[in-house]
Amino acid sequence: MASFKSTKIPIYPKLGEKVTPDTLYWKNYKAPVQIKEFGAVTSIDFSSLAPHNYAVTASTRIHIYGPFSTEPVKTFTRFKDTAYSGKFRSDGQLLVAGCEDSVVRLFDVSGKVALRVFKGHTKGVHVTDFTSDCYHILTGSDDYTCRLWDIPNSTELTSYKEHTDYVRCAITSKLNRDIFITGSYDHTLRVFDARVEKSVMTMDHSQPVESVLLYPSEGLLVSAGGRYVKVWDLLKGGQPLVSLKNHHKTVTCLSLSSNGQRLLSASLDRHVKIYNTTNYKVVHNFDYAASILSLALAPDDESIVVGMTNGVLSIKHRKSSEEKREMAGKQRMQPVYRIFVKGRNYVPKKDDFLVSKPVKSHLAKYDKQLKKFNISKALDTALESWRRNKNPEITVAVMKELDRRGTLKNALAGRAEQNLSLLLKFLIGNVVDPRFTPVLVTATEMILDIYQAVVGQSSVVDRQLVCLQELVEREVDYQQDLLEVLGMLDTLFAASLPRKEVPCPGSSRPNGLAEGCLGAPGPQLQSA
Amino acid sequence: MVEMEIRMVHLGGSKINFREPVITHDSRFLLCAAGESVNVYSTSTEEYVHDLQGHTDLVTGVVLNPSNHLQVYSCSADGTVRLWDFTDAILIKTFIIGYPIYSIYVSEKHEGVVFLVVPMANYKSSELFQLVAVHLPHSGDQEVEARELSAVLCDVSPHPGAASFGREGEYIAAVKGLQLEVFFFKKQKSYRFSLKSGMKKGAKNAFTCVSCHPKEDCIATGHEDGKIRMWRNFNQKKEYTYSTLHWHHGAVNTLCFTPEGTNLLSGGIESVLVHWHYTQENQKDFLPRLGAAITHIAVSPDGSLFSTSHSDNKITIIQSCVKVSAVIQGLVKGDGVWTNLIIDPRSKALVLNGKPGHLQFYSLHRDKQLYNLDIVQQEYIHEEGLDQFEVVKAAFDARGDWLATVEERRKKGAELEINLKLWAYDKLTQSFVLNTTVTAPHEDQITAMFFSPSPETTMLVTTSLDGHFKAWVLADHSDANEGFWECDFVGGYHLLKPGCCSFSADGSLLSVGFQEVVTVWSPASWELLTTLSQPPGAIRDLCFGRLSCSKYLLGASTKNQLCCWNLLTCSLEWSTPMDVSLLQTDPLSENMAAFCSQSGSSDLFVFKPSEPRPLYSQKALCTGKVQHAVFAPRDQMLESCEERTQWLNRSQLYFFTQHMDLLTFSTKTEEDRLLASSKQLMVDDSVAVTPFYLLLGKHRGQQLEKQEALTNPMAERTQLPQGSIAIKELLHTPAHVLPSASFLCAMFVRSLLISSSSAREEKEHEEGEMEREKEEEDSEGEADPRLGESAAWGPPEEFGAPALIKAQERELRKVKTFDHSWLSSLLDC
Repeated sequence: MASFKSTKIPIYPKLGEKVTPDTLYWKNYKAPVQIKEFGAVTSIDFSSLAPHNYAVTASTRIHIYGPFSTEPVKTFTRFKDTAYSGKFRSDGQLLVAGCEDSVVRLFDVSGKVALRVFKGHTKGVHVTDFTSDCYHILTGSDDYTCRLWDIPNSTELTSYKEHTDYVRCAITSKLNRDIFITGSYDHTLRVFDARVEKSVMTMDHSQPVESVLLYPSEGLLVSAGGRYVKVWDLLKGGQPLVSLKNHHKTVTCLSLSSNGQRLLSASLDRHVKIYNTTNYKVVHNFDYAASILSLALAPDDESIVVGMTNGVLSIKHRKSSEEKREMAGKQRMQPVYRIFVKGRNYVPKKDDFLVSKPVKSHLAKYDKQLKKFNISKALDTALESWRRNKNPEITVAVMKELDRRGTLKNALAGRAEQNLSLLLKFLIGNVVDPRFTPVLVTATEMILDIYQAVVGQSSVVDRQLVCLQELVEREVDYQQDLLEVLGMLDTLFAASLPRKEVPCPGSSRPNGLAEGCLGAPGPQLQSA
Repeated sequence: MVEMEIRMVHLGGSKINFREPVITHDSRFLLCAAGESVNVYSTSTEEYVHDLQGHTDLVTGVVLNPSNHLQVYSCSADGTVRLWDFTDAILIKTFIIGYPIYSIYVSEKHEGVVFLVVPMANYKSSELFQLVAVHLPHSGDQEVEARELSAVLCDVSPHPGAASFGREGEYIAAVKGLQLEVFFFKKQKSYRFSLKSGMKKGAKNAFTCVSCHPKEDCIATGHEDGKIRMWRNFNQKKEYTYSTLHWHHGAVNTLCFTPEGTNLLSGGIESVLVHWHYTQENQKDFLPRLGAAITHIAVSPDGSLFSTSHSDNKITIIQSCVKVSAVIQGLVKGDGVWTNLIIDPRSKALVLNGKPGHLQFYSLHRDKQLYNLDIVQQEYIHEEGLDQFEVVKAAFDARGDWLATVEERRKKGAELEINLKLWAYDKLTQSFVLNTTVTAPHEDQITAMFFSPSPETTMLVTTSLDGHFKAWVLADHSDANEGFWECDFVGGYHLLKPGCCSFSADGSLLSVGFQEVVTVWSPASWELLTTLSQPPGAIRDLCFGRLSCSKYLLGASTKNQLCCWNLLTCSLEWSTPMDVSLLQTDPLSENMAAFCSQSGSSDLFVFKPSEPRPLYSQKALCTGKVQHAVFAPRDQMLESCEERTQWLNRSQLYFFTQHMDLLTFSTKTEEDRLLASSKQLMVDDSVAVTPFYLLLGKHRGQQLEKQEALTNPMAERTQLPQGSIAIKELLHTPAHVLPSASFLCAMFVRSLLISSSSAREEKEHEEGEMEREKEEEDSEGEADPRLGESAAWGPPEEFGAPALIKAQERELRKVKTFDHSWLSSLLDC
């Protein structure tokens, strides 16, 4: 006497991304906090000082936010036009910002009025930065120049006029106070040394450069422009290493994760992509509501801050490990019945004889009914609301089992209005799900067959039937459209594939010999 | 003896569910008809004990001798009833009836009479049968003619369940069609009760089986529509009554009362043993999920054990209606072997479809089913007309680590449901564990499935009627603890439907037959290397040559062509007009076997692709097409040098005939070896080997020797005739491996002849002693039977005198020999 074999619930593969350590890491963030700014958020910079405040440049203001505050800690408003590129000095004491009115302002973080004002550029200054010795400021402007300024004297030190278009990004070396790199809309990246008059290295990005980034080791340089993110090896004289094309709109911002293992790129296509820096494969992807202009990561990846064109600042904080543990603890509290725990935690002593009891496998409710051949009851159990909503695959599996037993029609028949509307509701919800369609279409046909005589007697059921009809019609249209698209794709693929001649002897040569293919299988066999 | 070298041999796997089994009085043994013999199984260990061999045709019934519970009657289609001592497997008597017998009934009241169902004498060809009573004559002979038949009932069903003896054998009830006939022996009168056909309400009233209550006048009959009717008061024509019990939804296959009559057991296609309480019929117990439709139920004479025979060639032994205590499982031979025959590389077991939704692993050497692997893993619903999942394809990889199965369920007017399952071998449990399930791997039926034989990659290729073939590989996932299978490549050729595929022996080439075109692919790069075609006729079977012939690719087409292509030149090497129904390669040699069907029978050719002459050919192997065959590697290589038998050295060829008989080829040398091993196993079981025996046995052995030395002063035994080895062989070879009796006869007779030249001299030389000895032996040998008979016809004194004389004679001779030895010792001194 074999035991009853329970209904098999198929496990459907989860569509979408695979679970990797990366996805686990990057998914471990809380729901984003959104703050509305006055205009497009063009720049975000984290202070390297302990609470890790960050400066957000949007419109004519720079807001400084604390790590967990949604209200700005401080605001700098003394700009006459749109401000750009608010940046902290490495000691977190000073903040520099460019402006559309070509003036560069330097602020004390605790003060309100600009400490220094650097004038000299003739057009808007889109990029500013401190050099690593903290005494100089680097600026890049739409007047095609980039300049170095001395902070104590507030004087211009040098001006480089090598770019032939707007300079929109620049980065200073953290290891050498004299080295800095600029990127411009003239498609070039230039490496400058403050000790010499001219650029020491030039790289062609072949797209207007929007952002540059140096690796912590400063051997590799990353540039973003157009749809491309390119990595250059500075130690090999600016040799291009990789060119990544994962966005479908201009890449606007680059960032490195705290350990330098992951590269993040933000784009106008509303995605943030995370690359593995060893193989430059995309390991994760964030979606945002609007085009992204700026992106910054807090130290230790504690939060991801993204600024968008619609002026929304989105902040995601990492889930702390304590919270996680709390959640897990709550789940572990589940078995409240004393009977479940009774005697379970008893640890046998050394001399105890352990008599193990065979574990009795419990059948699911619907299986118990199926075992007794109570088919209608089995279907009712499978249609219980929580099961229907949470695991529709169970309901579908029971239906499939009934169909296999040839009794689905009997199980579906003889239902009252309420029960039938429940069934129709389930069908409407799931019939177009490709996992369930084969089973549910048969069930739907059966229901229509059974209840066609009573159509029109209940308004509820009629409404649901109309709904079902619309659903099916819509689905049919979709399928037709998809087929058309598929046909188009097929033609495209067929055209793009290289045509390969396969030696095929015509029927005129009955011996199956084709001279053309003599060479092909010969070596194959010999090597074997 | 040249024809003797290779012969076809029936391999076991006979039907054990053909007739109702018999449980012996002590409930220790279960006897069941199995092909041409009666098998004896132990009820406690479910092991095969021995068999009763002697019948020359299908055994059609086994019953216990009512007058001696250690004896059993068996009847057979060869027209004999044989009486056996089943504990020692000794044939006691053979009664020759002269007509094929279909079933046998006995009753305690009718001692010395058996009731047999035989065809009506005047309508030999038609399907009319009669129940006859045969008085078994008392006679001392081994073979007795019993041709005095007296008809009891005419026009009965040949089904053994269709007749039953009533209370104390006073009447016999038989059913056929819509009629129940009861014959009373006292009145010598029969009553007939018939039912309406009842087709109106969809009810089918036809009788299927009958059983009579052992203590009361009550007959239970089973019907097509699942009803059981209890007939009472049937000793008058008019006033009979019946009550109806209905639980079964299919036909009631079998009914059986327990010996005390307190319970009625019934079984049918639902595979549920229903246990009705005789007086309270609304009370019933069930023993569900017995595995397959119940065909027979038998109860032990003391009522403690039940046994149910099932349609899947299985006998279940049930203890007091609650617990299944043992399962005797034979080779399951279903309606179809869709999976073909496969050899499991690990256990060397034959793998084929077993129970519905299962694969069975059948050991060829032990003739025993090893285990069933549940492939479908679904509750089997025992109902007629239901579309069930069936395992249609199975394949093992080269090392036996992976098993791939395809299950299919075709529903009328609905989509085909196909699942591809991949099973990994688990060393711990010594079984296969499900690894990957692919639902709907193809859109249409899968026509062929093979693993790549190359040891580096585990790759599976499936071809389907949807016009594609797919390659599946084991995906490596470092983070997951176990890999799973995924599709690697989908290939097609001009939207043609692939029908077969084959890997080359090293796995470097894959050939797929797309109707008339053979395509050759490289599995490493999935490049189409070449195409070969030989119209007309679609390719039905493809095989790569092996070892030295690996450059050849053979294809059998539907239009009577067997083609061989040379892959080095991509040209046709040769082709012959043959209607090849099956092409098989020997995995261990270059040989190939081709089964051809010609005018209703099958021929076998064994050949090497490189040689023009076949190694072996056998015309008219069997009737019908051979659809399934396999080469099974041998454990030990045979060392036959003869050309004709060389192909059997490494592996053995097994095949299924149309009637699902498993046959194989065996050589003489092999049988000799088997015989030798069986001789070794034979132990003198008359005396148990105990320390006491060792002590005393030695002593007795010495005594015996002495006695022998005394009785035969020359210490010489009569030389057995020269052919005695052949006779011994004949007697010890299992009946199922013996050739036909006509052939054996000639050999037997020849062996009895004493060759003239050498024997005569010897004879003359020893004549004196011989004669004396013969006399002595004769008198000794015949002493026992004469004892019985002489007691009957003569006074005992007559018998006593010669015995005394003999003893005296012996005494005298003893003295004589003593004297001789004494003399000789003196002389020596």
